[in-house]
Amino acid sequence: MQTLLNNLYIGITLASIFLLVGLGLTFTFGQMGVINLAHGEFIMAGAYVPYVLQTGLLKSHDSAAVLIALPLAFVVAGLMGAVLERVLLRRMYDRTLDTLLVTFGVSLILQQLAKDLFSANNKDVITPTFLRGRWELLGVSLTHTRLFVVVVVLVSMAAMWLFMGGTPAGRRMRAVMQNRDLAAVSGLPTSRVDATTFFIGSGLAGVAGVSVALIGPIGTGTGTAYILSAFLVVIVGGLGKLRGAVAAALILGLLNSYVEYFTSSTIGKAMVFVFVILFLQFRPNGLVSFRTRGLTA
Amino acid sequence: MTDISAETRSAEGQLSDGANARLTTDARDHTDTPTAGRTGRLPRLGRQWVLRLGFIVFGIALFAWPHLHGTPTDARQWAEWLCYAMVAIGLDIAWGYGGMLALGQGLFFGLGAYAMGMYLSLEQVPRGSLPSFMALYSDNTELPLLWKPFQYFWFAALAAVLVPIIVATLFGMLVFRRRIRGPFFALLTQATAVIFTLVLIGNLKLTAGFNGLTGFSTIFGRNKYRPSTNLWLYEVAATGLLVVLAVALVVVRSRYGRLLQATRDSEDRVRFLGYDPAVVKTVAFALAAAMAGLAGAIAAPVFGIVSPGQFDFLPSILMICWVAVGGRGTLWGAVLGALVVNWTRVTVSDARPDDWQYIQGALFVAVLVFAPGGIAGMLKSAGQRAIALLHRQRDRSTLPLATPEAAVAVGPGRKPGA
Repeated sequence: MQTLLNNLYIGITLASIFLLVGLGLTFTFGQMGVINLAHGEFIMAGAYVPYVLQTGLLKSHDSAAVLIALPLAFVVAGLMGAVLERVLLRRMYDRTLDTLLVTFGVSLILQQLAKDLFSANNKDVITPTFLRGRWELLGVSLTHTRLFVVVVVLVSMAAMWLFMGGTPAGRRMRAVMQNRDLAAVSGLPTSRVDATTFFIGSGLAGVAGVSVALIGPIGTGTGTAYILSAFLVVIVGGLGKLRGAVAAALILGLLNSYVEYFTSSTIGKAMVFVFVILFLQFRPNGLVSFRTRGLTA
Repeated sequence: MTDISAETRSAEGQLSDGANARLTTDARDHTDTPTAGRTGRLPRLGRQWVLRLGFIVFGIALFAWPHLHGTPTDARQWAEWLCYAMVAIGLDIAWGYGGMLALGQGLFFGLGAYAMGMYLSLEQVPRGSLPSFMALYSDNTELPLLWKPFQYFWFAALAAVLVPIIVATLFGMLVFRRRIRGPFFALLTQATAVIFTLVLIGNLKLTAGFNGLTGFSTIFGRNKYRPSTNLWLYEVAATGLLVVLAVALVVVRSRYGRLLQATRDSEDRVRFLGYDPAVVKTVAFALAAAMAGLAGAIAAPVFGIVSPGQFDFLPSILMICWVAVGGRGTLWGAVLGALVVNWTRVTVSDARPDDWQYIQGALFVAVLVFAPGGIAGMLKSAGQRAIALLHRQRDRSTLPLATPEAAVAVGPGRKPGA
């Protein structure tokens, strides 16, 4: 029972990071049809932000560094995404599969850049003092760092939900996502909306990066470790919908943690993948998708 | 509202297929239309003969190459690249002709390599005894069931091709029947490569885990260290490449090949014409897998080691790079791409190891953004421009009215260039 609950806790933290990463992906993919393989490197960039702050500007202010890193990582990763969109991706909007490969090329360059800047060794972000400690609940030890990650994700989710539902910019994003042509003829500046979407989606990856840095060592491969699971979340969840992403992230995160516990780490990942394939047999468009009568869906 | 969005969406889907529009016209060039003779292209029979002649010349060049150039170690290096070229041809059929971006080709390459690697590991020890790693890592006393049939060469060779075909067919039927395509397909195939390596690493006792199968000092009864063995391996690889290329040339130009390209360009239309796109795509995917498997089987003795890291998603996606650089949608382009990219890789990373990843990344970006047709595409458009230029000059000499001056002289008032 105790181990079951413990795995629940680990599963939920895992799910919340998948969610944060996957959410950014569903936005960029749902709206522009761009599969951004460099998204993982935006996570990496975000993860290095608290490290840089702790070793540089805010030395010996570890707690402040982490708190400042959250918004800063959002902006850093977001700007990287916006630049990527402006410089490369907008030239190739009608070539979905090619954007996938181009962003992969970008991710190779960013990884090597990180290796040159920070060396290939893994780095540790110092856990801030207010996060050192744990609560015991029903025999499960809730470490504060993981709890903090869940809170960060919940806050980001709430912010996204309010933004998408309540602000004009969010409504514009949804309009372009649902029907680009109709949005364009209604006078929306779709190109500018695209840049905003990319900024926000990539920014979320940056926030996810800070979370990742809190629960483990970071390195140049940090992004790669999460990106594939995040894509599975997108595939299972369906495109561009918050609800689907949340449900899919929870399912996959919990599945991952439980199957890994009962078998082994490798078998666990393989089982999750088989599950995804089987799931797609029943719902090829994911859990939640825009209803369409089109053949291509 | 939903209806409209549905229609525009499917229209968008077709638009995004438009990426291949230029490639389609290229592909049409191959399917010798009877009228092709008019516009300065070679007539029907001629084109076929050029193709056959080209193939024979390529074959002779391939076998003559190691004698003209280089040392025995070079022969081994080139044998490796020829294996990559086989993978590239298969990928080109799946991606260039079939529109399926398979990012997990390392899985099939790896299955082939492991099949042959298992045979080679057993060749090093007396029949019936355990391969050396298994004696170290596990407490098995006799050969596990999975390993037993790999004592026989014929079984290993057959498995290297058949296992990829079976896996690809199963995966293809599951995925294509549910109309999962485009980026979703790409991501799922990428995941297969990752899972494959994870399973390999996880089963240390069966697969030697992360270290992989190695220590093949005897290769099919030949001493690995003798220079003639390298040459022999090169010749095997060259033969394999020629077989794969011949099969690919025939398939691409067959009725099925045209159906495959039609499926790439408009899957729904093919469906309405009464074909099953899922079957068409599965066949191409399985063919690509078989070619990768064969390449893997030949590559195993060439590498001298078979380990999970060689088949992970990074190497898999780099295979796409070969085809992209060479030129998708042309088989020669795929071969050229595999050779050029790998030659550059070895040359650059010998001199400056750290810079290769930058170059590799930049290559991806530059080719896909600025030259989606790759080298073959650039050569082709350059060739067409040259032909057009020749024609214009000939026209000028025969038709003086076509020159700007003449146009001014007789033209009805509108100035040239106005």
